[in-house]
Amino acid sequence: MDLISNLGLGFATAASPENLLFCLIGVILGTLIGVLPGIGATATIAMLLPITFQLEPVSSLIMLAGIYYGAQYGGSTTAILINMPGESSSAVTAIDGYQMARRGKAGTALAVAALGSFFAGTVATLLVALFAPPLTVIALKFGAAEYFSLMVLGLVSAIALAHGSILKALAMVVLGLLLGLVGTDIYTGTPRFTLGITEYADGLNFVALAVGVFGIAEILRNLEGEQDRTVLGTNLGGLFPTREDLKQMVAPMVRGTALGSILGILPGGGAVLASFASYTMEKRLSDRPQDFGQGAIAGVAGPESANNAGAQTSFIPLLTLGIPANPVMALMVGAMIIQGIVPGPNVATEQPALFWGIIASMWIGNLMLVVLNLPLIGLWVRLLKVPYHVLFPIIMAFCSIGVYSVNSNVYDLFAVAFFGLLGYALIKLRCEPAPLLLGFVLGPMLEENLRRAMILGRGDPSIFVTRPISAVLLALTVGVLVVVLLPSIRKKRDEVFVEAD
Amino acid sequence: MKITSIDRADAASGILFLLFGLFFGSQSLGLELGTAFRMGPGFFPLILSGVLMCFGLLVLFNAFKTDQPGDMGSFAWRGLLFILPAPIFFGLTVRGLGFVPAIFLTTVIAGLASLKMRPHWAILLAIAVTIFSTLVFSYALGLPFRRFGPWLSF
Repeated sequence: MDLISNLGLGFATAASPENLLFCLIGVILGTLIGVLPGIGATATIAMLLPITFQLEPVSSLIMLAGIYYGAQYGGSTTAILINMPGESSSAVTAIDGYQMARRGKAGTALAVAALGSFFAGTVATLLVALFAPPLTVIALKFGAAEYFSLMVLGLVSAIALAHGSILKALAMVVLGLLLGLVGTDIYTGTPRFTLGITEYADGLNFVALAVGVFGIAEILRNLEGEQDRTVLGTNLGGLFPTREDLKQMVAPMVRGTALGSILGILPGGGAVLASFASYTMEKRLSDRPQDFGQGAIAGVAGPESANNAGAQTSFIPLLTLGIPANPVMALMVGAMIIQGIVPGPNVATEQPALFWGIIASMWIGNLMLVVLNLPLIGLWVRLLKVPYHVLFPIIMAFCSIGVYSVNSNVYDLFAVAFFGLLGYALIKLRCEPAPLLLGFVLGPMLEENLRRAMILGRGDPSIFVTRPISAVLLALTVGVLVVVLLPSIRKKRDEVFVEAD
Repeated sequence: MKITSIDRADAASGILFLLFGLFFGSQSLGLELGTAFRMGPGFFPLILSGVLMCFGLLVLFNAFKTDQPGDMGSFAWRGLLFILPAPIFFGLTVRGLGFVPAIFLTTVIAGLASLKMRPHWAILLAIAVTIFSTLVFSYALGLPFRRFGPWLSF
């Protein structure tokens, strides 16, 4: 069978000693940084991205995937122990996880989160292996018009899932698109928006933008009120869930995985939606809904599984279409491009070892997380107690080195400072930075496909609606916008996010 | 309409979007626009700038009809003052001074951003970071940095 031989190739690639080592380093580093309070998966990957550039493409992407899982797990740890989710997707975990920790069941909550994530990861990896190849076949039929419409759909869905004002999120996408266009125009070679600085002719450095907007802005925000954190977990309680705990977590775990797998494929950050949806669903289905918010195991197991499954299946649009579904995938696209790989349907056929190696490494990364983190939880807890004012100068130093090492371009460091300032201003103005990053990555692709489609359509924009796939995608986009803007749904959406705060 | 009901965060973000739209829009006008059939380098950015300005206006407009103005909270002035210059300083000195002194001073500058960081602790921390990153980035990963730059050779 194709699937088995493909997975065999993948595991052979991912299980080579050096790739295993890089995966391990990635998972450890990811957890290490992700466990720092207030730093979510996106910021963690942005900061650690530069250290992977020196590696072979396969190893570097495997390590990045490891960092991703580690960071996500680290985020859940801070959510549970100090009620400080690094990312909106672990905000849900904090609701019941923190309550469990307060009742002296921190160890159980962490173990439930890890086991739930591992189960979801295993199922979702299989799904990716099953569905990615047939989707690449469809993807090969995509022309410029289809790609354009698909990206528009992705960007609009990303907004539907953003926190806060929809209008501001739309504006952030457009701003991101514009920032992505800075640099030399590919058709005419004209420099655009570079203010005459030749160092920006290749465009603004993606790493500089990500580190600035996510990393440095986050540091600045944490420096605002320098108060001491109270870390729970001097007494972790028993680590392993009791038989009764296990019984309680199985059904939410399975439901969460199913929900997360489906929502993760949708363009636009399905993992966040998945964890919210799973929490709501578990609360509805539970015999004891009053337990939710008071430390219900289902409230940790469901969302954590959903979150992880969604994170995994969001690799499907990336690997098949080259379109990032969320900011983390946008970082992956950035990493692939820097490694000289053009993400898209051709990756599967031209570089099967890379394609299947990444898929296999997802599972290995998840396994490592469980094996490593359950015994190491005590260490992560101690790390939470390291004062922040010791950590952030170290982070700043590594960010500076990292950004400079990408191109040895001094102007990239100036861009980091600018984007740090911009990111901080945006946090202050309550604008979500995630849509900006998605726009930035998609900007050049969007323009290229638009221009190509218009040439193919001889200047007639009706090409976008006369080609069936493109028309369906655009109809979906309009549908998403209408649904999000409908007053009743808007109210509900606000409620869901309020519940998490 | 009372003055107190202006959401200052929303108003400021509307203005920010407008300014970005104006910048990109005016720059696009200086580029060749082309036609819808063969779009020039300025075509797509000009459309986007227009859209961004519309969004900016809408956000600004909405800021005036809010009933619960948001609070922006305090600003990390000290952080802004020391964190943002750190990478700039690294950029200005990494070639001249070389990697080792540049990363040392960068870490010290960043460390001063916190009130809790006593200067001698900042220096100790910077020494540790410098040793670690020189070993990892320069020796182990072999990044092509000059450890000590031309400004230091007498």
